[in-house]
Amino acid sequence: MNFDRSHLDWLESEAIFILREVAGECARPALLFSGGKDSLVLLRLAEKAFRPGRFPFPLLHIDTGHNFPEVIEFRDRRAAELGEALHVRSVEDSMRRGTVRLREGESRNAAQSVTLLEAIEEFGFDAAIGGARRDEEKARAKERVFSFRDGFGQWDPRNQRPELWDLYNPRVGAGEHVRVFPISNWTELDVWQYIGRESLEVPSIYYAHRRPVVRRNGLLAPVTALTPARAGEQVEELSVRFRTVGDVSCTCPVASVAGTVEEIIEETVATRVTERGATRMDDQTSEASMERRKREGYF
Amino acid sequence: MDSNAVALAVAFKNDPLFFGGEPHAAKKQGTMGSPAEATPVSARLDHEGGNATSSVLRFITCGSVDDGKSTLIGRLLHDTQQILEDQLCAVAQASRKRGFDGADLSLLTDGLEAEREQGITIDVAYRYFATPRRKFIIADTPGHEQYTRNMATGASTAGAAVILADATKGLLPQGKRHLYIAHLLGIRDIVVAVNKMDLAGFEERAFEAVRAAFAAFAAPMRIPGLQFVPVSALGGDMVVERGARLPWYRGPTLLELLEGIEPAKAAAVRPLRFAVQLVQRAGGERRYLGRIASGAAHAGQEVIALASGRPSRIKAIHAHAGAREFARAGESVALTLADELDISRGDLIAAAADAPRASRELQATLVWLADAPLEARGRYLLKHTTRTVRAKLAAVNYVMDVEALEPRIGPQALAMNDIGHVSLELAQPVFADPYTEDRATGAFILIDAHSHHTVAAGMVR
Repeated sequence: MNFDRSHLDWLESEAIFILREVAGECARPALLFSGGKDSLVLLRLAEKAFRPGRFPFPLLHIDTGHNFPEVIEFRDRRAAELGEALHVRSVEDSMRRGTVRLREGESRNAAQSVTLLEAIEEFGFDAAIGGARRDEEKARAKERVFSFRDGFGQWDPRNQRPELWDLYNPRVGAGEHVRVFPISNWTELDVWQYIGRESLEVPSIYYAHRRPVVRRNGLLAPVTALTPARAGEQVEELSVRFRTVGDVSCTCPVASVAGTVEEIIEETVATRVTERGATRMDDQTSEASMERRKREGYF
Repeated sequence: MDSNAVALAVAFKNDPLFFGGEPHAAKKQGTMGSPAEATPVSARLDHEGGNATSSVLRFITCGSVDDGKSTLIGRLLHDTQQILEDQLCAVAQASRKRGFDGADLSLLTDGLEAEREQGITIDVAYRYFATPRRKFIIADTPGHEQYTRNMATGASTAGAAVILADATKGLLPQGKRHLYIAHLLGIRDIVVAVNKMDLAGFEERAFEAVRAAFAAFAAPMRIPGLQFVPVSALGGDMVVERGARLPWYRGPTLLELLEGIEPAKAAAVRPLRFAVQLVQRAGGERRYLGRIASGAAHAGQEVIALASGRPSRIKAIHAHAGAREFARAGESVALTLADELDISRGDLIAAAADAPRASRELQATLVWLADAPLEARGRYLLKHTTRTVRAKLAAVNYVMDVEALEPRIGPQALAMNDIGHVSLELAQPVFADPYTEDRATGAFILIDAHSHHTVAAGMVR
């Protein structure tokens, strides 16, 4: 397929501008890096924004302890290759401290908000750069590029700062911070086209591989030691890939035979289901799951 | 296609009709429910060329309450096949839950709980779609008067505006406000979509009446690209497909109009403006990191550095891939200069032959965005390009009566949603151009120094 990808130049230039604004305006920023595809794109953009210099921020990962091992391995290797500092803060530590209490069988996904806010407080970060995109989810579609969080880490979607031109307002008081989303205007397809254009390495589970799964609520749920099949469920081994990688307990793969970035792009163009709709159990709870999590400080 | 999608597609096929169950819509729905019959998306996305500046069009949509704006956006996304099955299922379910007969496409665009509960749009939302011609970013802004600030927000980054009018109601006060704000924010291409043609019997007379009213109101603004198209968002006529019910209209569809809008050349032909974001030391040199705001930069170019006023030449332009001879408006690069100058964040590198003047007093148009009014005793920060300075109000010269397009002299404060002409005093100079000449160096925001809220959008006169 002969895609015109010049729109990627526009998106890239905008994102570089945003990253440099964070560096210019914020005293203690951090870049949230999970090893997932969106945050990999952020790292590439940071290279383009700041090399040959060092990144003006450390990388921060909030680890649920339930991530796919391929992704964690990749996260550590990529940070080492770049020679940039990586801080990892773990939901399990928050559980030990008692700041996260989960019911039996409850996913740790939403609890990341607690650990993230604890890390922001611990390091005194005034800006956290994330890879969220507005096309992902309808609450995210309302999100600013520089998005204010109050002293409790809360997002108040009804009282957001107007954001005009490219004149971002990152000003915060003590204990407050901003979340910054440099790839707000990118779609899933843009991300894959950019990964292809820049020849970025991604964790292996983004490519088609055989994996035991069960069919649950219209999704393909991965069968792992942590997420065994339930009674009566039939385990199948299918060729699948992940469109999004997150906590094992709530992230599902899709059926796929795509073994290359170009093939992923072709599948992305042809898909009839959204990225989160095909993959996330956490968004199926209610129409407003994401909005509620975001209000409480989620990514 | 994966099995999940098939399951969802089947579920969708069994759903009640979208768009209130018109025959036209039923045909559409069949097409959508059977992806194999749809135009191959790969064909739609095969681009024919184009360049970096034309490949993305950002536009704003604005309409009064009940103009059918959300339905129009839903229709645009739907007929360009951007809406995926799980989104349609969610809308169908939500519509049933709310007791709608068909599916309410406005639910696709209303993202917040409060919006869905109250059936209104509160905040600007961004939507994305692509056709073979270009990528589109929609800033979807609410129509209520009290949310004018959201329209100014959406318009500030837009290259075009689509203003909804109701064919049965004509030009309302809201429509006047939308047209004026779009124009004020520097949008040159404005499409008035005269909607609900189905309720007006698809009659040319109804369309012409609305067109005449808008054209008369807009005449003093001299909008270069003011265009009109009759549509029925509900039935899909003249949005993406022509339909069969508007045979007297021979112009382009709404989508064709949007695909045909040329990006503003203004920024590209302006003299160089480069606001420094960061200074970096690399290999014994000082690199100035930033984005070309307007004009173009080339190696050897004579420039002047502001605030110092010192002249120099561009020694090299660096991008990640290596040194370049040339960079144009919109590109993020790093510059080195032939001379060691004292330059820091907030300074401006400009074409030596045509640099802006430094000013500590600004005449400006403000759109006031905050609950607390603009007052002489207020403490504000003014952010212009990458430079932030302290500012205070010297005078409110007049407040615009948007519906009459006439100035009202006398008020000495601006309230939320007021648009006024003010004089500001600054603690340090800024290097500004008139907004009508340069959107990048003519724009600023005011930030309340105490609350840190963004309280005004400003345009240098």
